Amino acid sequence: MDTKRLVKEFTKGLWKEIPPFRFVLGLCPTLACTTTVSDGLGMGLCLTFVLTCSNVFISMLRKIIPDEVRLACFIVVVATFVIIVELVTQAYFYPLYMSLGIFIPLIVVNCIPLGRAEAFASKNSVIYSLADGLGMGLGYTMSLTSLAFFRELLGKGTIWGHHVMWSGFEPLSFLQKAPGAFVCLGLMLGIMNLVGSEK
Amino acid sequence: MHHEVWHFSDYVMLVVSAIFINNILLARFLGNCPFLGTSKRMDTAFSMACAVTFVLGCTGPITWLIEKYLLIPYDLLYLETLAFILTIAVFVQLVEMVIRKISQPLYRALGIYLPLITTNCAVLGTCFLNIKEKFNFIQTIVFSVASAMGFGLALVIMAGIRERFNFARIPKNFQDTSIGLITAGLIGLSFFAFQGLAK
Repeated sequence: MDTKRLVKEFTKGLWKEIPPFRFVLGLCPTLACTTTVSDGLGMGLCLTFVLTCSNVFISMLRKIIPDEVRLACFIVVVATFVIIVELVTQAYFYPLYMSLGIFIPLIVVNCIPLGRAEAFASKNSVIYSLADGLGMGLGYTMSLTSLAFFRELLGKGTIWGHHVMWSGFEPLSFLQKAPGAFVCLGLMLGIMNLVGSEK
Repeated sequence: MHHEVWHFSDYVMLVVSAIFINNILLARFLGNCPFLGTSKRMDTAFSMACAVTFVLGCTGPITWLIEKYLLIPYDLLYLETLAFILTIAVFVQLVEMVIRKISQPLYRALGIYLPLITTNCAVLGTCFLNIKEKFNFIQTIVFSVASAMGFGLALVIMAGIRERFNFARIPKNFQDTSIGLITAGLIGLSFFAFQGLAK
């Protein structure tokens, strides 16, 4: 086992290939689940769990899964972990389950687990797939939380439900609505391109 | 469950609401990946819109029947996510095989978009919404088709605008996806004007 490579696979998801900015995948939850920081963080962690587990399992099964039906197999593996997340959030994190709504079962069709399964886990060994899944998942969580931070701070004047802005602050409620999500993500993507292209 | 009688005008309202007010793409944030991926040219956008309308018009009612006559009677609701995604995947695969046998020109026009529809969360999302809103069978058919038409409308509008981007001078870092998202936000903003047409 090569520690250097392990670290590389883990850290690439945190900045160099951070989804959804460098890889434009998994946009729907990025737009829908970022009205508050708690939603963004919750969604990110749900996806991290699904992605890490599905990466490990698909990597373990990579020699058994026939090539012709691999996408169907990937979907079944991902769906299994999504059902686990769905049941666990429903049982222990009910407010989160209610506010994320249909976006928890929709992790099944999120392009990130399927994309990583196809591009990485089906070609690499278990330990690297684990690092890749964990890194990508945490990168996605960071992206969602930071986008949610701006949308909640400027759109509602709160962070994690606490008022933090000064008393006369007029919230830009546009940012809490659907078009605000698109514009905010578009601007962040542009700024990330600017930062990334400096080197 | 209460049994309200739905008149023709209620169905018209459902259609108007699904296409303009709660547009699946611009207000509910479903199906963004294919939206940004296939909206660069008008002809691909139109093909994608047709393919989604057809698939959703069929899988919406099929998943409703599965829920009603398979999952509920046998107490298998926890398998909902898995059952729905597999239904969609199998249906899309069947349609692809049938189209390839019957019509080569149609296959060339739609073929490459069909696999993309499996992972289009607008399709799976609408199937979940049908269940969540407690629609009956007729309402499910109407809502599924109207949702898909809303998706198609947004996609075609977007493609029309994006074709014009070729003649615009956009800052380098904001090109492509970034400006695409901002444009989607502005289209969503203009769709706010339809609010008040129906609930």
